[in-house]
Amino acid sequence: MSGSRRVLIIGGIALAVWGMSYGLWYAVFAEHQALDTIGSSLAGSFAAAADRNPAVMESSLEQYREAKYVYDRQVDVHGHWIGLAMLLIVLGIGFDRVSFPERLRLFLAMGLLVGAVVFPLGVLLETISHGPLPRAIAITGSAFVVASLLGSAAGVVARGSSAINAD
Amino acid sequence: MPTAQTMIDTSVPRESERVVFAPLSARRLLLLGGIGLILTGMIFGDIFAVFTLHQNAAQVGANLAAAANGALAGNRHIVLANFQNVGAFLENRGTKVDTHVHMIDFGYLALLLAILQPWVAFAESVKKKLAWIFLAGAWLLPVGVYLIHYVGLAHSPVRTIGWASIAADFGGLLVLIVTFGCLLGLWMHFRGERVSPADRLLADRSSAGRVLFAGGVALVLLGFFHGAYYAAADLYKHEAEDYSLLAQMSAGAAAGARPVVNNALTEYGQLQGAKAVNIAAHAHSVEFGLLAIMLAFFQPYVRLRASWKRRWAGVLLLGSLLLPVCVLLEMKYGLVAGGIADFAGLLIIFALLAMWIGILRYTGELDASVACSSESRVPQ
Repeated sequence: MSGSRRVLIIGGIALAVWGMSYGLWYAVFAEHQALDTIGSSLAGSFAAAADRNPAVMESSLEQYREAKYVYDRQVDVHGHWIGLAMLLIVLGIGFDRVSFPERLRLFLAMGLLVGAVVFPLGVLLETISHGPLPRAIAITGSAFVVASLLGSAAGVVARGSSAINAD
Repeated sequence: MPTAQTMIDTSVPRESERVVFAPLSARRLLLLGGIGLILTGMIFGDIFAVFTLHQNAAQVGANLAAAANGALAGNRHIVLANFQNVGAFLENRGTKVDTHVHMIDFGYLALLLAILQPWVAFAESVKKKLAWIFLAGAWLLPVGVYLIHYVGLAHSPVRTIGWASIAADFGGLLVLIVTFGCLLGLWMHFRGERVSPADRLLADRSSAGRVLFAGGVALVLLGFFHGAYYAAADLYKHEAEDYSLLAQMSAGAAAGARPVVNNALTEYGQLQGAKAVNIAAHAHSVEFGLLAIMLAFFQPYVRLRASWKRRWAGVLLLGSLLLPVCVLLEMKYGLVAGGIADFAGLLIIFALLAMWIGILRYTGELDASVACSSESRVPQ
């Protein structure tokens, strides 16, 4: 098996194991608490509105915003790590259909793997810092994935047309 | 002129195929179990979309409106009671979405592991055990998640997590252990410099397989571009609007301004709809793309005429494109687009079912040929 396929298959399964471990940890230790915070803070803000207490209302709403922001990203990270892992494995299995030299295929495989790790990592870092750096990391990671996938698709199409020409 | 019989791929299965795809072998268990999981998850998703999703969203909206009106009237008891209802409806919806998603994703993972089985350097008996454990975990997690809403915290030893959650987490752990085991087996294979086994699944270049592979890659790319566009153009805007509308609702209620509350409630409902359809379109496009690519590899096992294999591949791709597009159009065209999306889901289910039946025919043929060859070896 070629190096590029090994990178995609081994890297993909390792990423799937990592994404599932993260999801399991999150489901056991964090998710229920996060949902409780989201629900109670939103209910608290409306209850404060009923009591005509704007200070508590605003602080509860702010707590809701922060909890929802973190929750959405943590669920996204779990889903994207596993989704991208499956994409890596499936592409690894069919990577012999990409009709480029092995060096270029290895480059594309590395681009896919790096993007698949870094893109959700950037999203996860957004829960720690609201600055531009985590967002830039996430955008860079997704750009790696899209560019490498486009390159792989071009390799498949090239093979298809060369096969037709050969026929 | 080819006869009907010759139009079916009737090549005699090779000896290696009889071993790799033997009855109750790891590959067969994972392949049939995986497609079974995907089909069940999709049928469940379609039933959920038709009978529960919209009704649930309406209930959430009605209870949120009642809570806002309670705040307007200065009655915190009404507010809290209605938010408790909102929480229950959201939990009901969330657990059903999770059941649907996890069942399908575990099905995908099962298909991937089925393809990789010849490279996993364990004895077949070990691989078979791992396959059974994987399937047990892959069913336990979604069933456990489904039951969370109904079982709640009854008799639970833990304050925040009920028995259904514990069962679901245990199912997830089983899947995780098996996936890690397969990773170990693959690593041992590559480390030992073993010769790669010949596998006709990976050598197949039939027209149905090529169409599914190319269509799948196109769907994945389409889903990625849509996701990137949504993240760049709308995601942060939607998050800001979510907070701003809730702030308007609560501030309007505190000030006794009913029109402000009503406007914010209407806009909030539309915003939730816009977020949901964008996320669903992105996720479905990528997932159906992955499914098409995986099914491309299994075409040699689909015992149907070549023309029917192409037709079912076309039906699957048509449904896979139509569903996310119509889900996106739901905001503009409402139930008409929703109905077409549900129909597209049915197209995918039918195509998948047809391929599954084709694979079952292949297994029957393979088992019959094994029985025949063993009978012929019996001394007369």
